[in-house]
Amino acid sequence: MSIEKVPESDGEIGVTEDGLDYDALADLLGGHVIGRETHVNAEGFVIRPDEVQEVLSTLKTEAGFDHCSCVTAQEYDDRYESIYHLRKYDDPTQELSVVVPTTKDDPTSQSAARVYDTADWHEREAYDLVGINYDDHPDLRRILLPETWQGHPLSKDFNQDQPQIVTLRENANPLQGDHRSEDDPDTMFINIGPHHPATHGVLHVKTTLDGEQIADIDPDIGYLHRCEEQMCQQGTYRHQIMPYPDRWDYVSAGILNEWAYARAAEDLAEIEVPEYAQIIRTMSAEFCRIAAHMLALGTFALDVFGDFTAIFQYAFRDREVVQNILEDLTGQRLMFNYLRLGGVAWDLPEPREEFFEKIRDFLDELPHKLEEYHDLITGNEIFQMRCVDTGVLTPEMAKQYGATGPVARGSGVDYDLRRDDPYGYYDELDWNVVTEEGCDNFSRVLVRMREVEESARIIEQCVDLLEQWPEDEREIQANVPRTLRPDPDKEIYRAVEGAKGELGIYIRSDGTDKPARFKIRSPCFSNLQTLPEMSQGEYVPDMVASLGSLDIVLGEVDR
Amino acid sequence: MSSDQTPPAVEDVSTQEARMGEGVDDRFNSTLREAFGSTPFILTKFDKFMNWVRGSSMFMLQFGIACCSIEMIHTYAIKHDLDRFGAGVPRASPRQADVIIVPGTIVSKFAPRMKRVYDQMPEPKFVVSMGSCTISGGPFQEGYNVIKGAEEVIPVDIHVPGCPPRPEALVYGVAKLQERVANGESSPVTVKPYELEQFGDLERDELVDKLAAEIDEDDLVMRYNWNDSP
Repeated sequence: MSIEKVPESDGEIGVTEDGLDYDALADLLGGHVIGRETHVNAEGFVIRPDEVQEVLSTLKTEAGFDHCSCVTAQEYDDRYESIYHLRKYDDPTQELSVVVPTTKDDPTSQSAARVYDTADWHEREAYDLVGINYDDHPDLRRILLPETWQGHPLSKDFNQDQPQIVTLRENANPLQGDHRSEDDPDTMFINIGPHHPATHGVLHVKTTLDGEQIADIDPDIGYLHRCEEQMCQQGTYRHQIMPYPDRWDYVSAGILNEWAYARAAEDLAEIEVPEYAQIIRTMSAEFCRIAAHMLALGTFALDVFGDFTAIFQYAFRDREVVQNILEDLTGQRLMFNYLRLGGVAWDLPEPREEFFEKIRDFLDELPHKLEEYHDLITGNEIFQMRCVDTGVLTPEMAKQYGATGPVARGSGVDYDLRRDDPYGYYDELDWNVVTEEGCDNFSRVLVRMREVEESARIIEQCVDLLEQWPEDEREIQANVPRTLRPDPDKEIYRAVEGAKGELGIYIRSDGTDKPARFKIRSPCFSNLQTLPEMSQGEYVPDMVASLGSLDIVLGEVDR
Repeated sequence: MSSDQTPPAVEDVSTQEARMGEGVDDRFNSTLREAFGSTPFILTKFDKFMNWVRGSSMFMLQFGIACCSIEMIHTYAIKHDLDRFGAGVPRASPRQADVIIVPGTIVSKFAPRMKRVYDQMPEPKFVVSMGSCTISGGPFQEGYNVIKGAEEVIPVDIHVPGCPPRPEALVYGVAKLQERVANGESSPVTVKPYELEQFGDLERDELVDKLAAEIDEDDLVMRYNWNDSP
């Protein structure tokens, strides 16, 4: 879809040993850069709204920024602004923000969807929530809110109390016009969802079939858009925001999400987290990853061979064990609310030996259980027939759509922020990033199963460390001011490796104790965009398998 | 009882007869049946009997919305196993379900769809609302897009508070519902229903006029007057 077909250069422009040389990048763009900003994570180049495609395609093809991880839109008192957060799949620490201001009277900016396919949905969201128009966008309409919604809720003059009317109308077949004759339709339109057992929540997939094959598919989201960004913008940094991340990716991935916020806010407010707390964070986050992958596995088996009795129940049995351990640690089964800015809420439960023993029991049993899963699932011939070579996503496509996490790693894209952009205690531990080359549904499932093993390795090392940690050095919390007020106009985009991929947070502070803009970059949102790519021309059951292997959580897609 | 029947000679009977044996099939006998002895009759009111039956075998709708649905799945799955209480078989189609558990935040785009699903369930039907979001909007109450509780859209029998409620709490909620159904008590409450109505039937005002070009007269719509929300 991209207009640029130039062979990619080596992408070495501006790369030096101590980070990016932004002057070299600015030279590359020449007169296009009309201003420079400094964000905490990267520099920002301010460009004109009608030169977006040109600048971004230069950066993509010549400077190697192949990953458009997020598009943030926001309204200032005097202007609208879109920020394209670019980074590289090979080295995500090389970041660049491209800032596109537009005027208040005419908030129109050129679309980047022809350079990065992933910008399509991100810009639709920006249009929907903030109200910026994107020229040359392939399909600019609302994405999260109903089509008949009035106003743009994250813009400054939005009146939240105005009445709204939402329709429940029949969906039209988008290919109806292509029929040779009205009386002999050769395509059929099917709604899958929003209430459907295979859509993992409230996703609505508008599907048009030609015979049994999918001719057109359009995921319709927004059935769980519960204003997470607004909620975070209304809360104070220190305590009021932390409960919300738990509810983005609610498949027990709470601590991973909390970490995304904690990392961004800590870097924004320059808080150092004590080492001991980092180890606890690392350990509990990996437990969350195991729980999330177990659910993905169980529901995938349910989708693919309707197995409610064996594998699904086994996966939930193992999740219960993980949830028990996390409950001992945090006091909650699902919404942990355990991390604090600067550390964690409390130390490990007493008696510690008992807690460690419980973890070790779980780790000892895990290899046997995984073997059982492999016997039941990946070794199963029916499963292989359903999953091998269906839902193929090439690495190039994965990168175009900004896919991350197991979806990207299942397509052979070696991208894991735990290793590439280290945080927490990961770089001190011995573990591997799992990738598979198959690019199909099978690979994505396999990646998750193998990641569970790696998570177990990480947990084991953390337990060893925690066990030997001297008693008088168990510092769980850094010294954090009671009220955090980061400097005005400080901006940051920081991401962690969530269960589904790169979970990023953009925060702009305005000097008060609440963020002026809080933007969530959800991995599922980007990953779901690949669904049409994977299921075009496939059968409906294969589409369901692809959807299951994407492992989306609607709470995170819609936020 | 079957022990005192002497098996007939093998060559005399067909396989079917050999399997069935003589007389009444004793597989239907139970301890309860034996307790009745020679007078296998009970005297009860028909309504009471029907209610008891209704409460003892409920088909739940497989209906997931948000975070609470994860705990709801745990309630169905092993360890908590809601099936033990005669209420565990999730049905994928609303036309086969008696009970809908509403597990999560309801937003403006989803409420009309949920109402439609509820309407498709056959009578008598019961609603268990799970979690704070279905009581008041919960942590998202101040959101621009969030319906302030399930009761704004459909009537609710039992509220299970929590964010999310533990599986034990949901089991308790379902057990309470069964108790109420068995006792014939039912008092679903609708605070202020957002109804599905035809666009043409709406009172004309600024908003309706503005949308008149986009929406057909006979399209079903749900109108949210946020100011009237509790």
